[in-house]
Amino acid sequence: MAREILFMKAINEALDQAMAKDENIILLGEDIAGGAEVQHLEEANEDAWGGVMGVTRGLAPKYGRERVIDTPLSEMGYMAAAVGMAVTGLRPVAELMFSDFIGFCFDSIIGQGSKMRYMFGGKAKVPMTVRTMHGAGVNAAAQHSGSYYGLFGSIPGVKVVVPATPYDAKGLLLSAIEDDNLVIFSEDKTLYGMKGEVPEEYYTIPIGKAAIKREGKDLTIVTIGKMLYVGLEVADILEKDNISVEVIDLRTVAPWDEETVLESVKKTGRLIIIDESNPHNNTATDIASVVADKAFDYLDGPIKCVCAPNTPVPFAANLEKLYIPDANKVLTVATEIIDDLRVK
Amino acid sequence: MYKSMEDIRNFEENVKRFFAAGEIPGFVHLYAGEEAIAVGVCAHLTDEDYITSTHRGHGHCIAKGGDLKGMMAEIFGKATGLCKGKGGSMHIADMNKGILGANGMVGGGFGLATGAAMRNKYKKTDRVAVCFFGDGAANEGVFHECLNMASIWKLPVIFVCENNLFAESTPQWYSSASRTIAERAAAYNMPGVRVNGKDVVAVYEAAGEAIERARKGEGPTLIECVTYRNHGHFEGDEQTYKAPSGEEKEWAEVDPLEVFRQYAIENGLLTEEELDQLREESVRDIEEAIEFAKKSPEPSPESLYQDVFAD
Ligand SMILES: Cc1ncc(C[n+]2csc(CCOP(=O)(O)OP(=O)(O)O)c2C)c(N)n1
Repeated sequence: MAREILFMKAINEALDQAMAKDENIILLGEDIAGGAEVQHLEEANEDAWGGVMGVTRGLAPKYGRERVIDTPLSEMGYMAAAVGMAVTGLRPVAELMFSDFIGFCFDSIIGQGSKMRYMFGGKAKVPMTVRTMHGAGVNAAAQHSGSYYGLFGSIPGVKVVVPATPYDAKGLLLSAIEDDNLVIFSEDKTLYGMKGEVPEEYYTIPIGKAAIKREGKDLTIVTIGKMLYVGLEVADILEKDNISVEVIDLRTVAPWDEETVLESVKKTGRLIIIDESNPHNNTATDIASVVADKAFDYLDGPIKCVCAPNTPVPFAANLEKLYIPDANKVLTVATEIIDDLRVK
Repeated sequence: MYKSMEDIRNFEENVKRFFAAGEIPGFVHLYAGEEAIAVGVCAHLTDEDYITSTHRGHGHCIAKGGDLKGMMAEIFGKATGLCKGKGGSMHIADMNKGILGANGMVGGGFGLATGAAMRNKYKKTDRVAVCFFGDGAANEGVFHECLNMASIWKLPVIFVCENNLFAESTPQWYSSASRTIAERAAAYNMPGVRVNGKDVVAVYEAAGEAIERARKGEGPTLIECVTYRNHGHFEGDEQTYKAPSGEEKEWAEVDPLEVFRQYAIENGLLTEEELDQLREESVRDIEEAIEFAKKSPEPSPESLYQDVFAD
């Protein structure tokens, strides 16, 4: 049965159901229970925080502190340990509080977890999930706001998922946990408070499959994560102009769904990609290059990428607002490539 | 030193107030309760010496002489801020004062301070670098690597741990295998001292000794200052993990400002009136800073693209 729940609750529920099903699933990360060894919490087997945003709240009391492990501030150590756990048969779900902190533990992802299977001739598997948070919009400034899913997506052996709705968050996280590979599950911190319909039961959504959120025939807009809502807003606006927009929520950055994107572009002949990460060597540029390569003959205009500027995320609220791609910026580039439609 | 402690306290209480009123955006981590550490250490430093700070950086910046108006404006996200509104509370820096930045990366300061000390040594100066960090940060790998390098190369760097008993919600006694942070110094063959971080005089003395050693080329010191965070990890934190009883309660109940007032009066350094006067002066200075911040303009839209690269 589906009911409306918060995005963060959908993630919590996925973790809960996964843990209930498989005792090899272990959560670890900083403050994910909160206050380990603080006596009044330990005695009552309670958690104080459930992570800085409260996403894992309730799991420590339910599954115990052996399965919901507060780590010291040691990203390098616990992320590497998660690789060790995974390669020896557990299924860790490690939380990296903010994806900007990846620098402290990149070896686990770039040097170890992503390549073990390949290096060992297919004789190892690393079934681990890294849950992390990205995105600007809460004035958290440059070291807590970046969007690095594209960077992770460029590493062979790593899958990267960026959900945009509570429904997807649950189904995709369950797939990520079931997956036998290293999956980075990147949550936009500004979506946690969003509500949506989510079934109560356990369900999965395949990794690598985009979702067509709205059908159209004149222009394709591909979005990543929260940018879905910018894409839908633009589609609404253009509809009044009799321009029909197809909006695709990419859902998975690595691998991304070539088939759905190419099919759509072949139909519409025009493509805009909205990606909140910095503009070079990101997912948007990757999609643009593949489409230019495989669907060039179908294009009626240049492919446009609408991304954040090539700057770190600024603190001041007015600047941060300029940083994040919005409907106005998309409409400006849309106008450039749909002029011919307006003339008709 | 007393004025500086008052400045930190007043500055922060106002930041707390404006944050609660929704006038300050972002995350705010308050330093109140830990004033004696920044002040006791920085009293030995000049603008030529470097410090690296943490996400809880207001106190370090003030104690090192950071401009109050520029700091307040930065926290309000204004163009006149020390970082032109780009950094905010967690990234305040003042290069003219040797402040290499508050840091949003826990452990981000170890390498910076070690590098600054390498520079000082290479340039044959007697300048030092001080790395302020929390007990939590001491568990990052980079702590161990930098203490080792600082020691083998006898670098003029002082590692000042502010052990406020918690890293976010995680207690130090849970997350550290050693009882104290100071004892870890032994592994890196450097002095490790543990002092009462609520007592500015104790911090001042320990820091003085360490800084003198560093200036003389005798290498790094690890100082652990035991203290307590008056407020939550960040503003808005309900602190449900805190359980002030026993030792924790004892630390929580001490106010470093009061400790110093008593000391100053008992030792005839300052009279009660003089102390009160300094307190009033501080209130006025902070009020000026707030007014300046509020009146300042927002950063211009073009500034979004500026300063990404050096020209
Ligand atoms: C690399 C990194 N990991 C995690 C965090 C999130 N975080 C911010 S402050 C903090 C606790 C730091 O504790 P401690 O070093 O003891 O300093 P305190 O807050 O007690 O002053 C954590 C976990 C971060 N900012 N950077």
